[in-house]
Amino acid sequence: MTCCTSAGGIALTVANDINKDGEVLLASRLVGDGIRQTDLSVPSIHCGACIHNVEAALNALPGVETARVNLSTKRATIRWHDGAPPPFIETLRRAGYEAHVYDAGAEVKDTAFSELIRALAVAGFAASNIMLLSVSVWSGADAATRDLFHAISAAIALPTLAYSGRVFFRSAWRALRHGRTNMDVPISIGVLLAFGMSLYETATHGQHAYFDASVTLLFFLLIGRTLDHLMREKARTAVKGLANLASRGALVLQPDGSRVYMPVNEIAAGMTILLAAGERVPVDAQVLAGHSDIDSALLSGESAPLATAPGTALQAGVLNLTGPLTLVATAAAEDSAFADMVRLMEAAETSRSTYRRIADRASQLYAPVVHATAFLTFVGWMVATGDLHRAVTIAIAVLIITCPCALGLAVPMVQVMAARRLFENGILLKDGGALERLAEIDAIVFDKTGTLTSGVPRLIEAAAIDAKALQIAAAIAVHSRHPYSRALEAACPANRVQPLEPDAITEFPGCGMEARVGSHLYRLGRANWALTDSTTDDAGLVLAKDGAPLARFQFEDRLRGGTHGALATLRKGFDIEILSGDHDAAVGRIAGELGLRYSAGMPPAGKVARISEIETNGRKVLMVGDGLNDAPALAAAHASMAPATAADIGRNAADLVFLHESLDAVPRAIGIAREAARLVRQNLILAVGYNLIAVPVAIMGYVTPLVAAIAMSSSSIIVIANALRLGGHRRPDKSAASSAKRTPLNIVEHA
Amino acid sequence: MDDFLFLVPVALLLGLAGLGAFMWALGNGQYDDLSGAAERILLDDKDVPL
Repeated sequence: MTCCTSAGGIALTVANDINKDGEVLLASRLVGDGIRQTDLSVPSIHCGACIHNVEAALNALPGVETARVNLSTKRATIRWHDGAPPPFIETLRRAGYEAHVYDAGAEVKDTAFSELIRALAVAGFAASNIMLLSVSVWSGADAATRDLFHAISAAIALPTLAYSGRVFFRSAWRALRHGRTNMDVPISIGVLLAFGMSLYETATHGQHAYFDASVTLLFFLLIGRTLDHLMREKARTAVKGLANLASRGALVLQPDGSRVYMPVNEIAAGMTILLAAGERVPVDAQVLAGHSDIDSALLSGESAPLATAPGTALQAGVLNLTGPLTLVATAAAEDSAFADMVRLMEAAETSRSTYRRIADRASQLYAPVVHATAFLTFVGWMVATGDLHRAVTIAIAVLIITCPCALGLAVPMVQVMAARRLFENGILLKDGGALERLAEIDAIVFDKTGTLTSGVPRLIEAAAIDAKALQIAAAIAVHSRHPYSRALEAACPANRVQPLEPDAITEFPGCGMEARVGSHLYRLGRANWALTDSTTDDAGLVLAKDGAPLARFQFEDRLRGGTHGALATLRKGFDIEILSGDHDAAVGRIAGELGLRYSAGMPPAGKVARISEIETNGRKVLMVGDGLNDAPALAAAHASMAPATAADIGRNAADLVFLHESLDAVPRAIGIAREAARLVRQNLILAVGYNLIAVPVAIMGYVTPLVAAIAMSSSSIIVIANALRLGGHRRPDKSAASSAKRTPLNIVEHA
Repeated sequence: MDDFLFLVPVALLLGLAGLGAFMWALGNGQYDDLSGAAERILLDDKDVPL
């Protein structure tokens, strides 16, 4: 095996047999003659061997026509014959890959990107050919040849402008119709006027035609536009490729006793839901029968698992850990806690949309200045010489030379390089605007559970525990998916787990595990259940042999790796506090250890309110959080980050997602963002400086097509070269790379 | 001058051929999974695109 050995661990720990058939069928679509297509997201695909394993496993299933893996998007596309879906997810799990149903219908195909690429290709073709013809004109072709070449250039340029120019013309038109200007307005005007004048020159056998300038301009600007789009799309696909945590549907018990898998939005209050261990509660519900433990860390920020019994009310989104439950729905999906969160988030997002990107702000100043200069040049030459043709030619030359070619590249180029550096450090950037906002922040708010802490409990004082007892406990714990069991298993080195051969292991949800070895009965679980005479019921687990205690285990939520280091760096420049939904004691302990201000027991709306309170004091807040309850705050803050383990909705709301476990990602991202902001400023200054030199030359009428071509290309190359300074030369340093795990979503602690 | 009559069309046609090839590759999904294609070359078994 190659890089994929870590994936095997998942198969062992999550070996539950959830009936996913209904879910698979629900998310599949008919693609033709009795063939259905299903897309699975398989985040742990890493290499060629993974492609082979996944495809071989899926192709071997009866009913599967073809299975194909896309390594870039970490997705498997399966076409199968209509009927009962083959057990894709179980098969992949047995092969060592955790797979999730990926809803292809939810994704709008990215036509914008292929349109940009096509436009870029056409512009590139046209620019190179026209440039070839232009060079011979500039080298002194005779009049007949010049006219012929101008005509050919016009024939190439016209369809190119119509095809590749659309991108800019459309956006410029949209802006003008709403009475605004953006960067695309001066671009469109410059390109169209240059083309129109060149056409006139060609018709009148004139000497100077700017076909090359107008097409090359489009080409350069399209490069900038495409890079910008590419960066956003890459991060978006990567984020989408992560596990889908929200439940898509649930098994509903019908009045006639049959079981039907229904989509979440069709579940109504009063329906009876059968929820297997390992599934998330689809809508707000009350427990009808069954005992289990639930994990509500994503929803409320509470770190310790809670026991449930009949009568307990559950919020949509909590995870059922140990036992099957029968629930009765108390609200439909749109009235559930989850939906409230979405509404809060939408409200928060609208308040943030006031941010305008640097490029837009620059163009707002730029366009009027450029147009006024060109107009004054025209008027000046008219007054001075009275030669209309000459005045128009020079005014258009001014427009061409000032066309924001360098400006259009200055910002996206830097942001693409920054996104690449972030990506090398395991941080995904959603869009360039986020980078600009991140560079401005001066206060940071952290969530606790799952953000400052890893959300995975760890056994504390393991050294003080009898090794023999720990081995027995670990051997029993292997059979459970309760977080405490996983922690025990992790605490015991794998090679020292005794091959304990229990005759029977039973899990009592909400209580613990029972194992019969020979004539002895071992119990691992709550003190008042495991021990025959126990009055205390403190947190943690007890291992008991025939009712007598062997060992006690205490757990705590472990801090993420690098938290102390990251906070030490951040404390120097930022105002930091913790906003958590967890209990005061749990938050206080972590906050005390880190020396931070904190507020505990915050509801989602409370977090949003606190953030806007900080922002009204003139500060710009970075929110770092992972839970459903953080999503509104993530959307409300000036900039936001979420770990890859966050709830879907949180990941989608956050501007940046970090894949590695270490919290170092936060200072690193801010550092890169600030460096990028500096380079963007430099590039804008370079672009303005170029104009200060070139514009007077243009106004005086010395600009020929040759000068324009050289000036535009060289200024573009200078800003690109400056942006490249952000890339490559510094790889992530070694210590950070080794402490941060390469496998996202697989935060299994080998303590 | 006479040379242009075939040189210029030849140059343009070659360029168009390249552009056409790129457009075909794009529409055909050749760029959909670049990292996957790099790894698939190492797999021995037959490999038919979807």
